[in-house]
Amino acid sequence: MPAPLVDASAPTRSAGSEARRRELLGALARVLSGEAILADSEATAPFECDALSAYRVRPLVVVLPRTDEEVAGVLAACRALGTPVVARGAGTGLSGGALPHAEGVTLSLARLNRILAVDPVACTATVQAGVRNLAISDAAAPHGLYYAPDPSSQLACSIGGNVAENSGGVHCLKYGLTLHNVLGVRGYTIDGERIEFGGQALDTPGLDLLSIVVGSEGMLAVVTEVTVRLLPRPEVARCILASFATVEAAGRAVAEVIAAGIIPAGLELMDRPMVGAAERFVHAGYDLDAAAILLCESDGTATEVDAEIARITKLLTDCGATRIEASRDEAERLRFWSGRKNAFAASGQLSPDYMCMDSTIPRRRLAEMLRAIEGMQARYGLTCVNVFHAGDGNLHPLILFNANDADELRRCEAFGADILETSVRLGGTISGEHGVGIEKLNSMCVQFSPAEREQMFRIKRAFDPAELLNPGKVIPTLHRCAEYGKMHVHRGVSAFPDLPRF
Amino acid sequence: MPAPHPHLDFLSEAIATARAARRPVAIRGGGTKDFYGGPVAGDTLDVRPLSGITSYEPTELVITALAGTPLAEVESVLAGGGQHLAFEPPRYGAGGTVGGMVAAGLSGPARARAGCVRDHVLGVTLINGRGEFGTFGGQVMKNVAGYDVSRLLAGSLGVLGVLCEVSLKVVPRPVASVTLVRSFDESGALSLLNTLHRRPLPLGASAWYDGGLYLRLEGSEPAVAAGCAALGGDRLDDTQAAAWWAGLRDQTQPFFAAPGPDLWRLSLPPTAPAIPLAGGQLIEWGGALRWWRTDAPAEDVRRRATVLGGHATRFRGARPVRDPFTPLPEPLRRVHRELKKAFDPDHILNPGRLYPEF
Ligand SMILES: Cc1cc2nc3c(=O)[nH]c(=O)nc-3n(C[C@H](O)[C@H](O)[C@H](O)COP(=O)(O)OP(=O)(O)OC[C@H]3O[C@@H](n4cnc5c(N)ncnc54)[C@H](O)[C@@H]3O)c2cc1C
Repeated sequence: MPAPLVDASAPTRSAGSEARRRELLGALARVLSGEAILADSEATAPFECDALSAYRVRPLVVVLPRTDEEVAGVLAACRALGTPVVARGAGTGLSGGALPHAEGVTLSLARLNRILAVDPVACTATVQAGVRNLAISDAAAPHGLYYAPDPSSQLACSIGGNVAENSGGVHCLKYGLTLHNVLGVRGYTIDGERIEFGGQALDTPGLDLLSIVVGSEGMLAVVTEVTVRLLPRPEVARCILASFATVEAAGRAVAEVIAAGIIPAGLELMDRPMVGAAERFVHAGYDLDAAAILLCESDGTATEVDAEIARITKLLTDCGATRIEASRDEAERLRFWSGRKNAFAASGQLSPDYMCMDSTIPRRRLAEMLRAIEGMQARYGLTCVNVFHAGDGNLHPLILFNANDADELRRCEAFGADILETSVRLGGTISGEHGVGIEKLNSMCVQFSPAEREQMFRIKRAFDPAELLNPGKVIPTLHRCAEYGKMHVHRGVSAFPDLPRF
Repeated sequence: MPAPHPHLDFLSEAIATARAARRPVAIRGGGTKDFYGGPVAGDTLDVRPLSGITSYEPTELVITALAGTPLAEVESVLAGGGQHLAFEPPRYGAGGTVGGMVAAGLSGPARARAGCVRDHVLGVTLINGRGEFGTFGGQVMKNVAGYDVSRLLAGSLGVLGVLCEVSLKVVPRPVASVTLVRSFDESGALSLLNTLHRRPLPLGASAWYDGGLYLRLEGSEPAVAAGCAALGGDRLDDTQAAAWWAGLRDQTQPFFAAPGPDLWRLSLPPTAPAIPLAGGQLIEWGGALRWWRTDAPAEDVRRRATVLGGHATRFRGARPVRDPFTPLPEPLRRVHRELKKAFDPDHILNPGRLYPEF
């Protein structure tokens, strides 16, 4: 991770840069009304960071367009002047993806917040990029439909941000990530040209560009409109809450459920410290004696769910669950989930700050990973609590620290980098759903070879030749990796361990 | 960890040679999809010797295989683990490879519910047109480290890189499967289909042909039983049903296999109305895929699809055509051209297979 970029003071500018700033403001004023342009440092302050708040930069200008034409105009103006553009949704990103550029424009999509259409026959919704994730399901509810991906931040985060990060949620093991639930996106290239990826049909001619635009963290195009697939709301959902005496036993139980051919609607694991924090925070009724608890949900028709809950209960009992409960009604199901859904907030009560990590590992390496993290706690002198999307191997260690203590921040960053590197070594990846942003740039040097990173730069330039869209994020330069000084490590299993990787 | 494979060196040398001589290569697996896409003038580069399953752990829901591994081998190993490729890739004959399956990007009858090939690609190792190896994605379900290059390779028809190894998400086979048949005309079938995905039914696949609507319900026993009760219709016996869906998946049914006019593939919004088309028509994917046998001029077929919000591909015909796919509008066309350059600056990988200009 980079050194903190704490640059919150109003910057002093050279005469040249002041002239450029005035030129930019003039160009923006030709496409936007005055109230849609924030230029003084008091007005831009709320935009200086996203949810990775240890990193802050004051942008040159913030713009708040209301229409597609205004977005196009802003992009064309920035392209003409060579000004960097950072798109911003709700600013809930956890990797600094929406961290402003000190010489750039922060382009907020927050005012593009209209639901354009809900089509109950096609089961789709077309919404503007600034619409909140949960607002889509709310709009679809009268038709018995909903939008499946449910990040814990769903009350606040925007669908444009979800597309940019390929966000997941606790139900994505069964229902897929953002990519699997988006049919098409519309937006603009850096030149201000309208472009469409995907569409209303299930495929498009040519290369499947939707699959790289989703997850591209605002570096390839600015998205203004998204068409999502809606699903019929399941008749019922029930959740099992099970305790285990060791993390290994809980991990084995997860493998047994999957081996039995069951794909639960949600399958989450929390370790003892996390359970304790969550329990104190929301009183979900969690078992404080357990080394780990599992939440396992089944959804579908009532008969189907009852049958599946019975099978899972038996499997978990056979795997040594020390306590097991199945929700009897909706209120109880929500209570079981409440601790998990508030895991981040609960960690916030444990210490002044926490850093949420987000790596994925092959599920069978879980116990190994947790042991490694235990060792790191001692090494870095910091506490870490763990939540885990156990079904798909996505781990969220939350490192507790105090950001005002420079040494703690440094140790926390080293701890985080160590977790990511260990994940790569175990055959996993440095980010499951929160993105690389600015936070994991160094770890990208560990996961990808120089040739692989250069291939990504070439992809970026195919869309954005002048590299103005969210520059400096996601792909580290050769120079940066050299400075970081850690070599690309080979992933867990590779058919070609000895090949030169440029 | 398997040993480095001798055929890998062969492939990367072949690319280096092709590049130096500016002589294109035509990448080939089993050749079962030779008919698909435009013709390629190049030296055949056979990927089949690069064969073998690298790893398969049923409880991780992932299989990794070298690109030349026969698709049949992958499917039989998965069946041994009680799992399958949920998107039912079409095989179009014996000998197809898993790399060819990903590069062609075609999905079978289950696509509307289960997702497509791209949705199941987790990672690839490839050789680009510079002869460089690269691994993108991985063997885990969730991965947002950098651009998702591995999924971009699905359906790329070999124009961006030679696939060497792929990791795919696999899922348990459904416990129960029942096929119901009901008589409907085309618009009746479409209106019913358009109400079905709104209901929480375990509809695994659907197809309409020649007055018959075929609905495949699959999932747990209770869910399938409830679905049968809700839908009604005649139940096909299991062997007959399996044969019918395989004939659709592999296009061995007479609609596809009989000699006659060109076969067009229209990919449309599922709510597109019935199209009065002369010649035979077969509908899949809840209305989102319509096959049409016709010798109508390409522009006419394309116009019909575009007006309805979709696109049309000249899928198979007596003679190869240079431009089977719907041309791209700007600025998509420019982005495609630039992406081709980003992977294969000398245009040596399968030139012409996707679009005449690359
Ligand atoms: C408490 C909490 C819980 C969370 N839980 C989850 C979770 O369960 N799962 C999960 O996946 N994530 C989770 N997140 C992370 C975050 O909410 C998601 O990444 C979300 O998708 C970000 O959306 P946003 O609108 O806030 O985007 P922002 O933070 O504003 O931006 C994120 C990135 O997207 C780009 N971007 C935004 N809008 C556009 C656009 N219209 N066009 C192009 N680029 C754009 C930005 O440039 C930036 O790179 C959580 C965050 C918090 C704070």
